Amino acid sequence: MIVEKQENRTTGRRVGVYVCHCGLNIARTVDCRKVAEAVAEMEDVAVARDIPYACSEPGQHSIKEDIAEHRLDRIVVASCSPRLHEPTFRQMVQSAGLNPYLLEMANLREHCSWVHMNEPEEATRKAVDLTRMAVARVRNLVPLEPEVLPLTKRTLVIGGGVAGIQAALDLADNGYDVVLVEKKPSVGGTMAKLDKTFPTMDCSI
Amino acid sequence: MTDVGRHPRIKLLTLSEVVDVKGYVGNFDVKILKKSRYVSENECTACGECAKVCPVVRPDEFNFGLSSRKAIYSPFPQAVPSAYVINVNECLGHNPVVCAKCVEVCDKGCINFHMSDEEITERVGTIVVATGMEPYDPTELDEYGYTRFENVLTSLEFERLVNAGGPTRGRLVRPTDRRTPGSIGFIQCVGSRSARKGASYCSNVCCMNTVKSTLVLKEHYPDMDVKVFYIDIRAFGKGFEDLYTRSRRLGVKYIRGLPGTVEERADAGLRVAVENSATNSIEFHDLDMLVLAVGVKPSAATQRLQEMLGLQLTPDGFFLEAHPKLQPVDAATRGIFYAGCAEGPKDIKDSVTQASAAAARAIRLMHRGEILTEPITSEVIAEHCRACGKCAEVCPYNAITVDTKKKTPAVVNTAACAGCGTCAAECPFGAITMNHFTDVQILDQIDTLLEEDPQDKILAFACNWCSYAGADYAGVSRLQYPPNVRLIRTMCSGRVDESFIRHGFARRAPIILVSGCHIGDCHYIHANHWTEKRVARFRKKMEKLGIRPERLQLEWISAAEGTRFSSIMHRLEELRKEVSLEEIEETVRILENGAGVRRDSPGSE
Repeated sequence: MIVEKQENRTTGRRVGVYVCHCGLNIARTVDCRKVAEAVAEMEDVAVARDIPYACSEPGQHSIKEDIAEHRLDRIVVASCSPRLHEPTFRQMVQSAGLNPYLLEMANLREHCSWVHMNEPEEATRKAVDLTRMAVARVRNLVPLEPEVLPLTKRTLVIGGGVAGIQAALDLADNGYDVVLVEKKPSVGGTMAKLDKTFPTMDCSI
Repeated sequence: MTDVGRHPRIKLLTLSEVVDVKGYVGNFDVKILKKSRYVSENECTACGECAKVCPVVRPDEFNFGLSSRKAIYSPFPQAVPSAYVINVNECLGHNPVVCAKCVEVCDKGCINFHMSDEEITERVGTIVVATGMEPYDPTELDEYGYTRFENVLTSLEFERLVNAGGPTRGRLVRPTDRRTPGSIGFIQCVGSRSARKGASYCSNVCCMNTVKSTLVLKEHYPDMDVKVFYIDIRAFGKGFEDLYTRSRRLGVKYIRGLPGTVEERADAGLRVAVENSATNSIEFHDLDMLVLAVGVKPSAATQRLQEMLGLQLTPDGFFLEAHPKLQPVDAATRGIFYAGCAEGPKDIKDSVTQASAAAARAIRLMHRGEILTEPITSEVIAEHCRACGKCAEVCPYNAITVDTKKKTPAVVNTAACAGCGTCAAECPFGAITMNHFTDVQILDQIDTLLEEDPQDKILAFACNWCSYAGADYAGVSRLQYPPNVRLIRTMCSGRVDESFIRHGFARRAPIILVSGCHIGDCHYIHANHWTEKRVARFRKKMEKLGIRPERLQLEWISAAEGTRFSSIMHRLEELRKEVSLEEIEETVRILENGAGVRRDSPGSE
């Protein structure tokens, strides 16, 4: 049960902000140092740095060291799309002893440097905004715990062509039950109609 | 193929289609319609006596009509299951006066006209989508004369003609005179790589399939004159270049250029006119037979399945993977995986590779026997709830129960809640908290983004699955657009509360965009219907209050529509320029007089 109380929202948070260069993917367009400096002035931000690759082993390691050294309790990674690396960084903060949901990402690559390549100043301005928004959000995040649910160890395979057959056999040979559904009266699909097949030049069936 | 039929762990349902899927990762409830075969699958020994006496003769689909079959038939010799099947639409019926000849000759009594279609329900934890492909139908490419000239075949028809198990037992003959052709031509990219007709993508397999066919021909008919008309030969895979050079070495002529016209000659041969771009000359080639290397199209079942499973398609019509490079096997919906041509044109090797990967990904998810769910679910604040029932009404998953008569507070079943946040957005009393996307979390983002120079900025809400992913796709494609937009991600557009929009305008946002998946593609079944209604409702309010409703925009952007995302951003920037500072200040005044600029504590609407 989580009900937020306005009064204790932003007190005593210790946020770490990491602005990723992503090699040159972000840094070519966005002034990452400037973004880190702008964000450092925000309330609750304990550490703000720019780093070459946040997702790399050394990158993650340095963030984890900061968490321990500066007693950080929430992390903002300003790098790529959370659709790509949110699981990576959630794992990272978890291994540093924080709840994985106390992480927020700002998308400076897909939503900024890659789409405003010819406007570095405006892109940097946007990057500052996106990162500040992430800080605003991370301050309000609360720890969450996943729920464990039962799972059915069976797979439905839709289509009995070469792909469906292979997937069904691999699953079944590993001890999983499979329901294989095929629209036609026989499995085989397009493959069964072929004569010889490249590159081996043998028959398909 | 036979392994699939006899594996103790595989339940094979042929003549079957998935008609409904409910539930979520770990526990999908699947409804399957199994059409009746009218022949017992277990009893039939495929002796073939029934087909001998069947009086109905029909074109054989397996051989693309190049041979015939009966109304009771085996699809092809190696079919699995091997049992015969009756096409009831063709069968004369079981009335003995009419026919029933097959019933009489079947010693084992396998034929049963009283079999009926079955509806089967299965519970599964994961789903592999392997719905395959369909060959391109070259009818619309009239210049190649596929429908006009009998000796113009598709590559798949050709496959059947050179197949030892095919209608001619592997002897290549021309359809018109059943004589082996002395010369043969292949036209590449039929239905592929053309913005005009067919599809614009490369179908991946046709170059190598043609190279293979030329090798088969040269093996059986060394003197045959074989020509290939092409744009460029894509022999990129392992061992492919070897096959291609072997084909050239054996005397196959590769002519760079696609024919402009094909005409039939008096002897039913074909005259092909082509601009050879290697020699820069117009050439005419007389050939006995022509094969169109047809491209790969998504299977017809794709769209229905996409709607049923809440998946996404690329503009080409194939299934869209969660990430084109790093998650090429996963669907964006957890627990669903792709294998083979369903995800894009591929050859056998790649299909097998992806299928094994899909199996491994499914096992990775299932092996623990339990599943961790995202705690991003909604919660009811009991003391604020007035049991009006609105949340239960809007929940796409029926995850909320509320007794409106007894006025007991609503209860969320967190196992069934998928976390769209529609209930939180629709609750009139602020009595629902959406974990990880709470009001405060989002309002603070809005405040921060509009802190400086709000008149220059566009506030955009984007749903995680489609429109945010569409923006990612624009990034991956390096599509440039004006840098004024700032996205706020929610899981679903259904989460976007009226109060967020009002708050945005009160904080001087010139333009606000709400964006989500296309209607019908929502990741939360139909939650975006509520988004649509809510935005329409708010625009009406704006009109009444004297705020231009155009300042609130609603757009549907799919994960594959990077181009669309970018063009919408350009359009929004044009709209933004039309909003003057005076207009923004006027809006602030209007909203200050009106109700609730910011809901600072739950329940104070």
